[in-house]
Amino acid sequence: MARFLTPKALRTLLPALSLAALLAAIFYLQPRTMSYFGLNLLLNLAVPIALATIAQMFILCVNDLDLSLGAFVSLTACITATWLNDTPLLGVLALAACVVAYGALGALIHLRNLPSIVVTLGMSFVWTGIAVLILPTPGGSAPEWIRTLMTLKPSLVPFPIIASVVIALVVHIGLMRSAAGTVLRGVGGNPKSVERAGWSLLRVKVTMFSLAGLFGVFSGMALVGLTTSADANIALRYTLLSIAGGILGGGEFVGGRVSPVGAVIGAITLALAGSFLSFLRLNPDWQIGAQGAILILVLALRLLVSSRERRI
Amino acid sequence: MTWVSQLVQKPWVWAWFGAVSMWVIITGVSGFGAGGQVMSAAASFGTFFVIVAIGQMFVITLGPGNVDLSIPACMTLSATLAMKFMNGDPGLLVPGFLISLGVGLAIGTTNFLLILFLRIPPIIATLSASFLYQSTAIWSNRGLRVKPPEVLGDFAVAKVAGVPILTLVVLVVTVGMAFLLHRTRFGLSVLAVGQNEKAAKLAGIRVERVRFLTYLMCAVFASVCGFFLAGFSGGAALNMGEQYLLMSIAVVVIGGTSVAGGYANLTGLWGASLFMFLLVSMLNTLGLSAGYRLIVTGAIIVAVIVVSGRKLAR
Amino acid sequence: MQSAAPLVKMSGVEKNFGAARALTGVDFEVNRGSCVGLVGHNGAGKSTLMNVLSGVILPDEGEVQIGGVLLDNGYDPAGAARHGVRSVFQELSLCPNLTVAENLRISHPSIKGIGWRKAARKVILDELDRIFPGHGISPDTEVSSLSIARRQMVEIARAFSSVTSKIELVILDEPTSSLDQNSAAQLVDFVRQFVGKGGSVILISHLLGEILDASDKIVVMRDGRSVAVDEARNFNRARLVRDMGDVLAENSEFGARSGAKREGPPVVTGPAEDEHQLVLYPGEIVGFAGLSGHGQTEMLVRIFEAAQGARGPIVATDRAAFVAGDRQTDGIFPLWSITQNIFVSSLERLKKGLSFDFERAEREAQDWQSRLSVRTADMGNNILSLSGGNQQKALFARALGSDAGIVLMDDPMRGVDVGTKQEVYEILAEEAANGRALIWYTTETDELKHCDRVYVFREGKIVAELSGDALNEANILGASFEKEDA
Repeated sequence: MARFLTPKALRTLLPALSLAALLAAIFYLQPRTMSYFGLNLLLNLAVPIALATIAQMFILCVNDLDLSLGAFVSLTACITATWLNDTPLLGVLALAACVVAYGALGALIHLRNLPSIVVTLGMSFVWTGIAVLILPTPGGSAPEWIRTLMTLKPSLVPFPIIASVVIALVVHIGLMRSAAGTVLRGVGGNPKSVERAGWSLLRVKVTMFSLAGLFGVFSGMALVGLTTSADANIALRYTLLSIAGGILGGGEFVGGRVSPVGAVIGAITLALAGSFLSFLRLNPDWQIGAQGAILILVLALRLLVSSRERRI
Repeated sequence: MTWVSQLVQKPWVWAWFGAVSMWVIITGVSGFGAGGQVMSAAASFGTFFVIVAIGQMFVITLGPGNVDLSIPACMTLSATLAMKFMNGDPGLLVPGFLISLGVGLAIGTTNFLLILFLRIPPIIATLSASFLYQSTAIWSNRGLRVKPPEVLGDFAVAKVAGVPILTLVVLVVTVGMAFLLHRTRFGLSVLAVGQNEKAAKLAGIRVERVRFLTYLMCAVFASVCGFFLAGFSGGAALNMGEQYLLMSIAVVVIGGTSVAGGYANLTGLWGASLFMFLLVSMLNTLGLSAGYRLIVTGAIIVAVIVVSGRKLAR
Repeated sequence: MQSAAPLVKMSGVEKNFGAARALTGVDFEVNRGSCVGLVGHNGAGKSTLMNVLSGVILPDEGEVQIGGVLLDNGYDPAGAARHGVRSVFQELSLCPNLTVAENLRISHPSIKGIGWRKAARKVILDELDRIFPGHGISPDTEVSSLSIARRQMVEIARAFSSVTSKIELVILDEPTSSLDQNSAAQLVDFVRQFVGKGGSVILISHLLGEILDASDKIVVMRDGRSVAVDEARNFNRARLVRDMGDVLAENSEFGARSGAKREGPPVVTGPAEDEHQLVLYPGEIVGFAGLSGHGQTEMLVRIFEAAQGARGPIVATDRAAFVAGDRQTDGIFPLWSITQNIFVSSLERLKKGLSFDFERAEREAQDWQSRLSVRTADMGNNILSLSGGNQQKALFARALGSDAGIVLMDDPMRGVDVGTKQEVYEILAEEAANGRALIWYTTETDELKHCDRVYVFREGKIVAELSGDALNEANILGASFEKEDA
């Protein structure tokens, strides 16, 4: 027993274990959720959060932090609910421009050696401003095909579960298994050594930020597919959720240590935490606080595990 | 002309230059009457920006990664608890203020302990803790707007010769803080840690003690700001601190404080506060909507970092 | 089976870092199919020479040829790799967050496509098996969870592994510093095999036995010059030590300071269970010697922390000040004036009321300027306006101007010109005479002549305490290098 529960194994399993514990608690409190429709309902909103968490994870992987992600997802949601629906070509171009803008931010941060925290904080104003201009009041509507995709009812397994598995697998293969992904992660671990081997750090940074932008766009689209309309502040809390999800899933702030599977699990856990607290009949006033507390708790647990690891 | 070239090199000059230009544009478009009014409003609102920005400036000066994101939650919690306790009774003004101070001290200590013991970037520590503070405020406030005692409201808007009293008080505080930063052991230690933390430690500076005092101070300024803002705006509201997070960082950065740490000044804080308020007024005067306002604000912050970052690279 | 033309031919290579002359016209050759051992004390120029060869730094003068091709100014590490030159540097250059196989992929871009992982695993595992049989490393282990020794094995195996790129020469800079004896012996065997097949190796090591076993030719460097080049069989341990040391240099001066009186209790005491217990008395100058990176700086920092009140096995009964050797990272506050840089350690002492007393600081700064002859028009100028040596004087003034009774110096003379050094030596002697206790870690053996006693460090421990007649260069070098080759 003791041999299997090494601190390292514990750290890897921490996200999955916390999700399992949470699910068990929810099933216990609300047995009705243990059904196709129950799970569908419970996990629906986890999909856009998972996509945003993956986006944040790309940024974390190169030792940066994105504080504008929530505003950015809100913007892409607004574009999806307006232009992409009304004039698809313009919508696609606008969303592509969003991805390019993210890549350019990565280049700027790398070339000027700027603190990503302050740059993205400033950019969050810009994203929100554009979103307000596009959609001054809540509204718009989801393009039919996204709506259809997000409300698919496959037999046996609910759509959110399939979607989460697909997201986790695709990113896992791309970032963790592929030869190119290895170089991308290596930059987070030891940039000097990667550069000495002849790779361009600038290209890596731009690639990672562009990928983050791409998944931010996906997140906004998925969100609109579920809510059918958008507003300029629709996803502001995704900034914290994505950071928390990435960290909960085993990612670290520096050192290029990330886990796409963990990030998706972390995102689902956070999405479920909200439902769990409401099943507990916890005062809704404490909902936000509970998320903060969960993040602190996870960080404390992690510290405990890693300090034991060091002692061994 | 040497004084001109010397002046231009001071980082805080640009904030003041910006503020004056905004005022000139507003006055040009709407006439002197409007110009006078907007100046008075700028002094009032700018004062609140300055109070929180002073604390944030000390934190940012500690070096990369140091930002206090719990300012809005701290303001809200402090205002809520203090207003609720006083419940409009002017006799409880002093204990109410002490409660507000206590909230600041507690939050500053919590923030520091999280940073110290969890060994996580301060930004994450203050961000996650801020949600706890925010929840506490929601829980105690219940969405109501608790009115401040009349005395407090009167004080917050009172004016002497057209200048808000609070502005004068904060001006005095600013001078005191400039003394603290540039001439005392604590202030010089903050500047040293921000330039080179390892060298500061080897020069005998107690880095963690300095960090603690800095975060404590930041939280206390935020809580005091919340207290008076509640008086100024007729009560504590849950979203009262919302714009102050970005504003505090923007004012610090535009005011010429280095985001890389180790360089700070208080002169620029006033220029930047007035600039930010007048910028919004100007965009309103020109009939631009909230969207453009946000975009311009964000673009200015990013531009300032890019330009000042270049200086560091050299 | 050595072919006529040498693989590497460096001639007249010079390199200066500011006032310090790191290389003063070095000629250096490596033949195909041979191993060259490169030895010398710290600062002899070995690493600089290898950095020139591997394209990390450009020389000021002289030329470098590899395989008969003259290298131009565009030469860089990637260019070195194209010429088949690989390096294992002292600082580990693996990505800790990647697995062993993934790290191979970073340095071998040709490993790609479907099944790359399998290929990478095989290449690195084969190489590890060849060099370190029985290594017990799985290619899928994350590097951060390997011990330092195993990381070093991976790094060595990675440098020797070949996929499509050519490999002519491998530079090993202290490759065995964290390997156990068995693995180190395996590496020496492998180096012999490798050169037997026509490859070339440059080996830098402080283990002289290893150098003698592995090399065909040995080059001894001293003070930026190569002072002896000969077949390895013509060397033995004694000759190496003799050639490395500066026999002619004022050896008589050693012991000039010995015999300083010890008064009162010690201000610093190390752990009592140590074989050579560290003690420091007021009025003493104690030297820390040994090869760089063997725990001297760590010891200084621990003493400093003890003086600040940290509990531990080291006891310090007075305040301590630290003179950093790595000025940029440990010493300088780049935004401040010279005066502010000096008095950052005296914030409490120079207080007038609530305020820091800038007038007094300026007056005292003037005194320091004349005492240390800091070359600047105005002590109010930015610290970066000073040359490296003068910046170092400011750091000395910071420590000496504080009220600390213990002064800890972390190899403070790096890159400092000779004139400045002489000035500082005298001041240190004065300070000791005034009752201060000084610890002086230096990588320059000559400077130890200014010490009363010397502790020699090896692998994080004090391995010898030298004083009186025993304090001489031969004993210091002997203690620094001694190990299994007795």
